[in-house]
Amino acid sequence: MLDKLKIPERHYLNNGHSLASWLLTKDHKRIAIMYLISISVMFFLGGLFAIGIRLELATPQGDFVTADTYNKFFTMHGVIMVFFFLIPSIPAVLGNFLIPPMIGAKDLAFPRINLISLYIYWIGGVFTLYAMIAGGVDTGWTFYTPYSATGSNTNVVPTAVGVFIAGFSSILTGLNFIVTIHRMRAPGMTWFRLPLFVWAHYATSLVQVLGTPVVAITIVMLGVERALGFGIFDPARGGDPVLFQHLFWFYSHPAVYIMILPALGVQSELVSTFSRKTIFGYSFVAFSSLAIAVFGFIVWAHHMFVAGISTYAAMVFSFLSFSVAIPSAVKVFNWTATLYKGAISFETPMLYAYGFLGLFAIGGLTGLFLATLGLDVHVHDTYFVVAHFHYIMVGGAIMGYMGGLHFWWPKMTGRMYSEFFSRVSAIMVFVGFNVTFFPQFVVGYLGMPRRYHSYPDEFQVLNVMSSAGATVLGLGYALPVLYFLWSLRYGAVAGPNPWRASGLEWQMQSPPLTENFVETPIVDTEPYEYEHVVSREKHLV
Amino acid sequence: MQIFGIPIFPDQASTFARDVDVLYFFILAVCALFATGVAITVIYFGIRYHKTHDGEIGARIEGSLPLELLWSVIPTIIAMVMFGWGATVFYHLRRPPDEAMHIYAVGKQWMWKFQHLEGQREINELHIPAGQPIKVTISSEDVLHSLYFPAFRTKMDAIPGRYTELWFEAQRPGSYHIFCAEYCGTNHSGMIGTVTVLEPAQYQAWLQGGGLEGTLAQRGAKLFNDLACSTCHVDTGQGRGPSLKGIIGTTVDLQSGDTVTVDEAYLRESILNSQAKVVKGFQPLMPTFQGLISEENLVALIEHVKSMSPNASATAAPPTPAPAGGKK
Repeated sequence: MLDKLKIPERHYLNNGHSLASWLLTKDHKRIAIMYLISISVMFFLGGLFAIGIRLELATPQGDFVTADTYNKFFTMHGVIMVFFFLIPSIPAVLGNFLIPPMIGAKDLAFPRINLISLYIYWIGGVFTLYAMIAGGVDTGWTFYTPYSATGSNTNVVPTAVGVFIAGFSSILTGLNFIVTIHRMRAPGMTWFRLPLFVWAHYATSLVQVLGTPVVAITIVMLGVERALGFGIFDPARGGDPVLFQHLFWFYSHPAVYIMILPALGVQSELVSTFSRKTIFGYSFVAFSSLAIAVFGFIVWAHHMFVAGISTYAAMVFSFLSFSVAIPSAVKVFNWTATLYKGAISFETPMLYAYGFLGLFAIGGLTGLFLATLGLDVHVHDTYFVVAHFHYIMVGGAIMGYMGGLHFWWPKMTGRMYSEFFSRVSAIMVFVGFNVTFFPQFVVGYLGMPRRYHSYPDEFQVLNVMSSAGATVLGLGYALPVLYFLWSLRYGAVAGPNPWRASGLEWQMQSPPLTENFVETPIVDTEPYEYEHVVSREKHLV
Repeated sequence: MQIFGIPIFPDQASTFARDVDVLYFFILAVCALFATGVAITVIYFGIRYHKTHDGEIGARIEGSLPLELLWSVIPTIIAMVMFGWGATVFYHLRRPPDEAMHIYAVGKQWMWKFQHLEGQREINELHIPAGQPIKVTISSEDVLHSLYFPAFRTKMDAIPGRYTELWFEAQRPGSYHIFCAEYCGTNHSGMIGTVTVLEPAQYQAWLQGGGLEGTLAQRGAKLFNDLACSTCHVDTGQGRGPSLKGIIGTTVDLQSGDTVTVDEAYLRESILNSQAKVVKGFQPLMPTFQGLISEENLVALIEHVKSMSPNASATAAPPTPAPAGGKK
């Protein structure tokens, strides 16, 4: 049957071939594709810095680059990966592409604002790239004062301006999603018929809209302190350096949820589709996303247990931090239960979903170590923390992003990629990731601090393991570029619903029309009903 | 501890180390149990319920309220145990005992400076006796640092403009790492040193070997004269500044109408920013010393003021016999 399928004559990709038809488009799908290209460039740029870091740490002596260069490497790695890859990744690419069709809409509520948010992202990126080319910045992605205000003589202000600008892109995307989900749902698409991907993006958008302005304000304060000499954070001028940490983490802890919540949404779609079964405990999974978004705002000072906050404040924040663990655990249990009596198959997206489940579980569970006060004092600011947040951000967020990209690639392009190479890549990413980051838990408990250019000899074996794993991981990430590009021309034609998934987006042709649907769909079924998919197929045949 | 030559577990060299490690192994066991349980279940389901034919769909199971409650409540209870246990260990870590021996640490790009009350000064080296609680008061000359003793399982940030403290009781003589754990610029990873834990008798011998400038308080007394503090702060109380004799630990009235308890933080503030809290009945005549006095000299001055109080010096002094020419 598959070889009879043809790419449709008219679709969003051939609706205009000029540069202007892309740069001035208001089509959410074309904007998503431009985001995809932009963040991929940023991802590989951030990856280059990671390679530099792992090369340096292969030996205990600081012999590959100078200390200053190394400090710039980890700073630029963090800034690019967090602000220019992870935060936009799933929302701006997959969310942008899929939220309108998933709810039966022809576009987002504000198509022009959507395009503006892309341009804002680019302008922010240009400032940050300028800072990099002009010599880099060495404060760490956290910009802690007073070092960032008075100590460092690198390009702090251009980088901060870049992050400040990119924040508005994030705010506008979040705003657009909230309005779209409220106002643009097709007839019959009630809140409890929304795919869990949409619920997760709704929760994410709330965090983007409420949290991002705080980091913008914080960066402005840092800017006026550095450029104009205001004494906000510098104690020599009457400021308080710890105040910066409070403000920074008030955004940057919730920002972790901006990165992970959309991946949790992707995970729900994948687990359901590839076990051909409705998600277990739909409303618990939906509300746990909101719970994570809300609790995420009241745990920020767990980054500051040894930063001189009072003993009792530390206890309150420790207690609240444990509250985030519960909705996360609930999600893991519900995905596991979804598999029970399913009809499970292991195409590439499901391999990523299995990998995600394992890595997100480890990332979440090691968060318990860090929320535990007496233990955090020892492991705070060591490689234990580095390992923990890479399990969440790479093992969780990027695995989710990769799983989602492999899942919706046939929808976005109309073609399939090589199943063999994509499975190889998924396995390389999973194995490479664990070999890279698991030893960092061990070396962290041994006491190796973060951001060290050189280190005592006894930590070398574990660091060499990390560097070796990173090589496999890097190759695992490079491989998809090849088979995705290959698929654009030579891939088998996918047809509208290659995975026999249940969402509305699979009722569109692949690639979709510019207007998504010829007629607005009317929704009369519950989400994740595979009986209908089967009966519709029979009907068509 | 090593497996196949790979280190996997750090030295346990303080009383905390055991407490923290027991907690660590408890959480590790709980997490391993959960992670293994989930892993085995998803792999088993993946095999047991593998799709057998095209077009097969899964059973229609919407959910289960009892199960949802079960797997919300059990993790909540376990999390509360972790919280309570962790908070207890932390509380203990934050309360130095009164009899603790006192040492000052100053972080500076990129070195740790330590000052013993007896007068010894060290850089990136710290000698301490075993079996004796030790309180370290930490400050910073420039940016954030963090004083970290992995073998003692404790650390605390050094924050410019204020004092923080940590304490520990080393148990086993030996040499262990000192790290800076908070990123502080170019040579952050070079801001490391060694803490040497000595038997008490060896420590006494080590103390005799240095301290050419007298005790920390004596150095402070010299500064007190050199900086002309002594011209106004006279012991009779008739000077242009308040008498500092016996002032530590007391509560004084301020011009603003507030009161303040005189401690290290207040003394520090009054030296650096003398106009901030002026004692009632005195004119704000004192110059500010912000930027004119190093953190090390600051703690020497504070120790001198503390030594002017018979009570305070009794508690501040180490219980070991002071060397000749010690406390006033």
